[in-house]
Amino acid sequence: MTRIDDTFARLKAERKKAFVAYIMGGDPDVATSLAIMKGLPAAGVDVIELGMPFTDPMADGPTIQLAGQRSLEGGMTMDKTLRMVRDFRAGDSATPIVLMGYYNPIYSRGVDRFLTDAKAAGIDGLIVVDLPPEEDDELCIPAQAAGLNFIRLATPTTDAKRLPKVLQNTSGFVYYVSVTGITGAAAAVATDVAPEVARIKASTDLPVIVGFGISTPDQAKAIASVADGCVVGSAIVKDIGAKKPVAEVLANVAALAKGAHSA
Amino acid sequence: MAEDGINSFMTGPDEQGRFGLFGGRFVSETLMPLILDLEERYEFAKTDPTFWAEMDWLWKHYVGRPSPLYFAERMTEHLGGAKVYMKRDELNHTGAHKINNVLGQIILARRMGKTRIIAETGAGQHGVATATVCAKFGLQCVVYMGAHDVERQAPNVFRMKLLGAEVIPVTSGRGTLKDAMNDALRDWVTNVRDTFYCIGTVAGPHPYPAMVRDFQSIIGKEVRWQMAEQEGEGRLPDTVIAAIGGGSNAMGLFYPFLDDPSVNIIGVEAGGKGVDDRMEHCASLTGGRPGVLHGNRTYLLQDPDGQILEGFSISAGLDYPGIGPEHAWLHDIGRAKYVSITDAEALEAFQLCCKLEGIIPALEPSHALAHVMKIAPDLPRDHIIVMNMCGRGDKDIFTVAKHLGQDMKV
Repeated sequence: MTRIDDTFARLKAERKKAFVAYIMGGDPDVATSLAIMKGLPAAGVDVIELGMPFTDPMADGPTIQLAGQRSLEGGMTMDKTLRMVRDFRAGDSATPIVLMGYYNPIYSRGVDRFLTDAKAAGIDGLIVVDLPPEEDDELCIPAQAAGLNFIRLATPTTDAKRLPKVLQNTSGFVYYVSVTGITGAAAAVATDVAPEVARIKASTDLPVIVGFGISTPDQAKAIASVADGCVVGSAIVKDIGAKKPVAEVLANVAALAKGAHSA
Repeated sequence: MAEDGINSFMTGPDEQGRFGLFGGRFVSETLMPLILDLEERYEFAKTDPTFWAEMDWLWKHYVGRPSPLYFAERMTEHLGGAKVYMKRDELNHTGAHKINNVLGQIILARRMGKTRIIAETGAGQHGVATATVCAKFGLQCVVYMGAHDVERQAPNVFRMKLLGAEVIPVTSGRGTLKDAMNDALRDWVTNVRDTFYCIGTVAGPHPYPAMVRDFQSIIGKEVRWQMAEQEGEGRLPDTVIAAIGGGSNAMGLFYPFLDDPSVNIIGVEAGGKGVDDRMEHCASLTGGRPGVLHGNRTYLLQDPDGQILEGFSISAGLDYPGIGPEHAWLHDIGRAKYVSITDAEALEAFQLCCKLEGIIPALEPSHALAHVMKIAPDLPRDHIIVMNMCGRGDKDIFTVAKHLGQDMKV
């Protein structure tokens, strides 16, 4: 059992939907990013997705691309991302942390070394956008063996034939991508998402969390009500990019969390 | 080697799309069903005689194939050693080898019922080829091009527009070829139902590296029979040389010779200002290390933390921080040798080719020619070198004039 499994078990017992928030590690700098991260649990965030910046984020829209650029320009590295997690863990031993990003910075560090360091830092799960099930031997299998959840994306193009393959080595939760497209683009529509979530839930006991295209408390409520929870990323990252004070960023996160939790 | 039919170098990739360690399918889940579908459709087309009949007809009547294999007599005399042949792929319609591959992919796209074609381009050659074939078949065409390249390759941008394509300047990242590829992938992931992504080189997720190689292999296949025709039955080149950005013209020349142990294979990377710590070059094999980008594992220019670096070369067509995975494999197993040529050396070869052969080469094959100039003088007169003249230099005269300090207006 990881912190992710524990959190979803607790939410289920409380009949509550999960609210997952994404921020880019080191955006705009490590100190601000860490201050925001530390404030997320009190703002109602159940699971934190911490972005690892990459120069070539093929699945991300402009908002998260720019966040990655700010972070890298500020000198962010994998070492610093892991240190941020350790610093966060010093004051919070319960909130699950999922690292999200692309494979090359992990591959470059070496998979074994990365997994040891990630586990030691207090990371609970990984979402690696460019590792489909066809490449499970790369990181997914070793990550599970190291005691980390490997959370997979299911998408509108994941048809019935392919779904079992996607679910096979997934753990923690299933991240359903609500739209074909990049992060922060088209708005998710609850009536489109509901049957897709039902289709996935018919094949797995894992919680299904919906992300991409959710930016307001109302949308968070609407989407969370047809799934086990929702993820908001670009809307939060946009506030950070606009240099809003930490307190204001967190107030907006709290409003989004309230939306999801009222579902 | 090839004699026993078992230890062939021509059987790759494997079922996972790997050439040894390299290649693979490192894409997001949204794209995975698309590339599996493409693989299935391509595997079918590959053995379908009607597919190749259509290709052959268009190659002959639309592209102008076969391209000549030309004995460069004055260049040979000047260098005083090996006999130098040029494979004249710059004489193809649109002026480069790129159209060989585009035709194949567009015919496949039509068979798959796709109505919208997207492509990335650096120097604009692949973009022009794609816009050309889309115009011929009445398909919608969108080309992603780095904002920086849009500026420095204005004639090609105008060509694409004349051909009816929409050219989208890419400002994400640093606005270069790799960013154009990122934006093309973002478009594809958004428009999955009607869109076909026509990749311009032997890179990307499986099946692209193998598919593009197969379409470009017409280059090497022609060289085989043309060499026999000119030098006698059974005569093969002793050395084949081609320039490498992503590596499609090189793979097209090399592939049909992989199982002929007597043929030396040399790929020439862009050495920019020199392959050293300054990283002002595009020599992925000689100056990079394995990593994962744009759907495949290959050698990449990257920093110690796995962040991708920008390449640097006088030639916009070689300005890419990666290289096709099959080249990475051929490099590691030692079947092909990879060297680098600097901007200055390429410029010298460019000028010599103009003066001695009356051929204005593109800056890309000028790199290959520069390496020919290095090795030919020390080789015997019966040693035959074939270099791939993969593009014509009209597009480059502005860049060359600037580097030679000449004002074009005079």
